[in-house]
Order: sequence, then structure tokens, then C-alpha cells
Amino acid sequence: MSGDLLLKVELRSDPSMLCVVRAAMERLTETFGFSAAECRSVTRAVDEAITNIMRHTYGGALDRPIEVLCQRVPKRPGARGGEGFEVLLIDCGPAVDPAKLRGRRLDEIKPGGLGLHFIRQSMDVVEFNRIGDANQLRLIKYLQAEKQD
Amino acid sequence: MQISARRINSTTIFDVIGDIDLANSPEIRKALLREIKETKTPRVVMNLLKVRYIDSSGVASLVEGLKASRDAGTRFILFGLSPAAREVLQLSRLLKIFEVHETEEQALA
Repeated sequence: MSGDLLLKVELRSDPSMLCVVRAAMERLTETFGFSAAECRSVTRAVDEAITNIMRHTYGGALDRPIEVLCQRVPKRPGARGGEGFEVLLIDCGPAVDPAKLRGRRLDEIKPGGLGLHFIRQSMDVVEFNRIGDANQLRLIKYLQAEKQD
Repeated sequence: MQISARRINSTTIFDVIGDIDLANSPEIRKALLREIKETKTPRVVMNLLKVRYIDSSGVASLVEGLKASRDAGTRFILFGLSPAAREVLQLSRLLKIFEVHETEEQALA
């Protein structure tokens, strides 16, 4: 890990746990210094990412492991913004085809395909990696400006 | 999440309390589609005043309800959107396609 650990949670792929993760993310992002809208946005991104793991990677199985790591990372070199809030989501499902990690077009009125769109809209960095036997989704949201002491 | 139904003349109002996410959106979808496709209610209204959060699976359920109502030639109305619910419909560019009102009185007018 490259940052300061803020929170580490291990959960099972049971959708009833989503509200627990959202509650933790709402408070953690608030503590980190994001605005109310940014807190909702980051919470939504993490919720949607975990939902995708539950639905697509684990195919609805309720007992598979998901790890959520939140950490503080340095600001981007040369960027005006502040430090970053990084979320790593790790699952042990089959490898995900990155070509399938595309949201649907928004001019289509149809159910489904919105989760990834919400994630990309909310976060500054969205990276997918396969590390050993695990999938790792790395999300980062940077503070808009340095906090004043 | 709790969902209950009220019937007023030819309208069914679904009162939803709590977050709508992957854990319960199938329940919303089932209730909506039953009311629209099977019962063929002329006007179905969703009371979202006490819904703090809707995820993409919840939005998908609402879109399915809307499409079913269009196919059936009936009305599907939302009211009482929280800031988070409104944001999620705006982000998905779906806010304009729904009939949305602030209050139940406006929705039933």
C-alpha cells in the first residue's frame, strides 16, 4: 500500500451489506473533507462498484469475499487539487475482461448499464488490475483544493 | 426498505421507505410490473419522499416501470425525490423522461 490506511473492511458478497458500506463511506468521506455532494458521489461510486462485483463477478453468490481498503494518498504532482481518497476493491472472482467495462450510451432509454457510468462520473481515477488470482479496482477522488490549517 | 400500496380511485400509490439498492430493487420491480402489466392500473405513482438513496439497479427498475406503462398506455409518476435520488436520475439523463412532481397532491392532480 502506498498511502495512509483509513479503513479496511472485509465483507461477503451479500447485497444486504451494501447499506453498511454506504454508511461507512458517507462518514469517512465527510471526515476526509469532501463536500456533501462529493460525499454522495464517492459513496455512490463505491456502492455501484461493489454491486457490480456482487452481480457480475460473483454472479449473485452471497458468500464470496470482497475487501474494501480506503487510504489517503498524496496529491497529484503539479495539480492544484489536494490529497486523494483512494478506495481499493478486491475480489477473488474470475478475471474480468476490461473490454466489457464500459457503461452504456446515455441516449438509450433502457434499464441497466448505469453503474460504471456513475463510477466514472464520480471518481478522478478508475483503474482495473488483475493481481494474481484477484481483481482489483482502484478508485481515487482528489480534494478540490488544499485544506487550510 | 419497505414498500406498501394505497389505492385511490384508478390510481395506485406505492409508498417506499428506505434505500433502494441491489438488496431490494427486485421487489420494487416486481411490484411495479405486477401493477402495470397484470392489474393494468391506469395511473401508478411512486412516493419517494422517504427514499434517501437509489442505486443503478433501482433506477433500472423505475425505467422498466416507465417502459411497461408506455407499452400499456398508462401513466407512471414519481414524486418526492430526495437530492440523492434526483442526482442519480440527472446523472443518467433520465430525469426528463419521467413525469416527476414535488408533492402527492401535484402527482394526483
